[in-house]
Amino acid sequence: MSHLSEKSAQEYWRRNKALMVKLGIIWFIVSYGCGILLVDVLNQIQIGGYKLGFWFAQQGAIYTFIGLIFYYTRAMHKLDKEFNVEEQD
Amino acid sequence: MDLAFITYIVVGFTFAIYIGIAIWARAGSTKEFYVAGGGVHPVANGMATAADWMSAASFIGMAGLIAFMGYGGSVFLMGWTGGYVILAMLLAPYLRKYGKFTVPEFIGDRFYSDTARIVAVICLIICSVTYVIGQMKGIGVAFSRFLETDYETGLYTGMIIVFFYAVLGGMKGITYTQIAQYCVLILAYTIPAIFISLQLTGNPLPQLGLGSTLVGTDTYLLDKLDQTVQMLGFAEYTTNTRISTLNMFAYTASLMIGTAGLPHVIIRFFTVPKVKDARSSAGWALVFIAILYTTAPAVAGMARLNIMQTIEPSPGEYLKIDERPEWFRNWETTGLLEIEDKNGDGRIQYSADPETNELVKLDRDILVLANPEIAQLPNWVIALVAAGGLAAALSTAAGLLLAISSAISHDLLKSTFMPNISEKAELNASRGAMALAIAGAGYLGLHPPGFAAGTVALAFGLAASSIFPALMMGIFSQKVTREGAVAGMLCGIGMTLFYVFQHKGIMFVADWTYLEGLGSNWFLGIEPNAFGVVGAIVNFAVALAVSKVTAEPPERIQDLVEDIRVPMGSDVAHAHH
Repeated sequence: MSHLSEKSAQEYWRRNKALMVKLGIIWFIVSYGCGILLVDVLNQIQIGGYKLGFWFAQQGAIYTFIGLIFYYTRAMHKLDKEFNVEEQD
Repeated sequence: MDLAFITYIVVGFTFAIYIGIAIWARAGSTKEFYVAGGGVHPVANGMATAADWMSAASFIGMAGLIAFMGYGGSVFLMGWTGGYVILAMLLAPYLRKYGKFTVPEFIGDRFYSDTARIVAVICLIICSVTYVIGQMKGIGVAFSRFLETDYETGLYTGMIIVFFYAVLGGMKGITYTQIAQYCVLILAYTIPAIFISLQLTGNPLPQLGLGSTLVGTDTYLLDKLDQTVQMLGFAEYTTNTRISTLNMFAYTASLMIGTAGLPHVIIRFFTVPKVKDARSSAGWALVFIAILYTTAPAVAGMARLNIMQTIEPSPGEYLKIDERPEWFRNWETTGLLEIEDKNGDGRIQYSADPETNELVKLDRDILVLANPEIAQLPNWVIALVAAGGLAAALSTAAGLLLAISSAISHDLLKSTFMPNISEKAELNASRGAMALAIAGAGYLGLHPPGFAAGTVALAFGLAASSIFPALMMGIFSQKVTREGAVAGMLCGIGMTLFYVFQHKGIMFVADWTYLEGLGSNWFLGIEPNAFGVVGAIVNFAVALAVSKVTAEPPERIQDLVEDIRVPMGSDVAHAHH
């Protein structure tokens, strides 16, 4: 088991944080953005029986959250491999 | 067969399963008792987390709240799911990497202070105890409505069942019963929803049904709902904001970070084998939660429409009191539904105007439970709903009780007062603490204190304003000191309690209010339930400021923080146990 050098540990953490910020922005936009702040604007658009803003608040945000977690899991798995910091079996 | 008989069979069958699991999954070591041995598959843990998380409030209460709040009820949907994104990215993997048994343990170690640990234990006990009272009440109510026992008998039965698998099996027993309980509760929730969606819209998926047209018409269900409620003088369903945009924002944020900071949810992620499993397990938990949470708004909208149409079958033609359906009479006997023929015309006028409204009481909690009866579904579906409500309450109660008992036996006894206690003695102590916690929760369920009404809201506010910021700063900053963390937690919790109690009375005793001159929602129009996020901001600000002026954390703590950020070598921490 090779230990991370100080420098690559910092790089690993920096890349992880960058990913969190990127996904955090999407997390914020679909819930607080589309579901709350912009809800009146989006409600002008209708998809089936759903007003779009209402749909984000009661359905869309939740689906996006699931997608975000699995994307994060996959991306971190790759990052762990790249820096060779995966846990041993 | 009559309903009570079928209900006894269905509920009895589920209870037999839970007891069977309890006998099979006994805990032999503290590691099994606290974290189920640490070998739970991430998908299985996701399912257990979903049951752990979804309480009687999610199962019974939430759809009813949304039905009457409309769009404003979205705060619960987004708030109680968005927290899992925070958990998966910001907390769970690093706490799993640390590899210990409890939440206060991490706070005590990271902030190199027994004071920090004890403050965390106090915060944990307050929020878990207040939360567990609600579950105990839910168990008593479900029994008395569906099994026609009295409230006390229901409560004792529930306590005995939990006692069996929680005391014997600890986290191990709880994990496997929670998986069974998830299956029961999700079937109980979705089957009636599918039936009702089919009846109203012809679409079997409630998530799509809510956006579809009503059977035999070109009118969208939501448009019809908007029209119907507005005609009676209520606010439009799909746009009805909860107080203000800022309040909805704060409410959602408080529920999200409260979710991420609730100890009984966090400890579930200590049971998976690896850091990467902690990440994916949060995703699976959210998948299983989302099945219920995306169905709930459909149940809400459809149930509201069904009730409206029962009372006013055609415009201006109200339901005759003599012709009211059977379920109506059933719920009247529970006192949760009440009518009063004010103008003496023998019909039930329903209106937003309290002067002329004759449906004087319609308890929100009825909606989910009465839904199958309103839609005239067969008796076995109604029995299943009873079993589902009990599964939701039991699974959450068990998770909370474990969080409480492990804080007592591990953080107070083992880590603070009796560090030399043997593993066997600690395991016995944890069983004793669990038995005590169950007895205590049962006592509070039988004699609910004045503050029982506002409990769940308080639990989220406290978790959001105390535990969540401490955990986050513990992971993301190497510079936050013990003085900073303790001051932050105390100020965050203090502010939140001050605001909530100022509105609702000290310990929720209505007479013990203070500073009434400030009025309600005086801080930027934010209601007390939504205040947790403000407490959290105070916590962060105080902790960071105090850390600036106190001595830096020791080198070994800064190394520890660096170590938990990297997945590799998580078994090293285990070896110390």
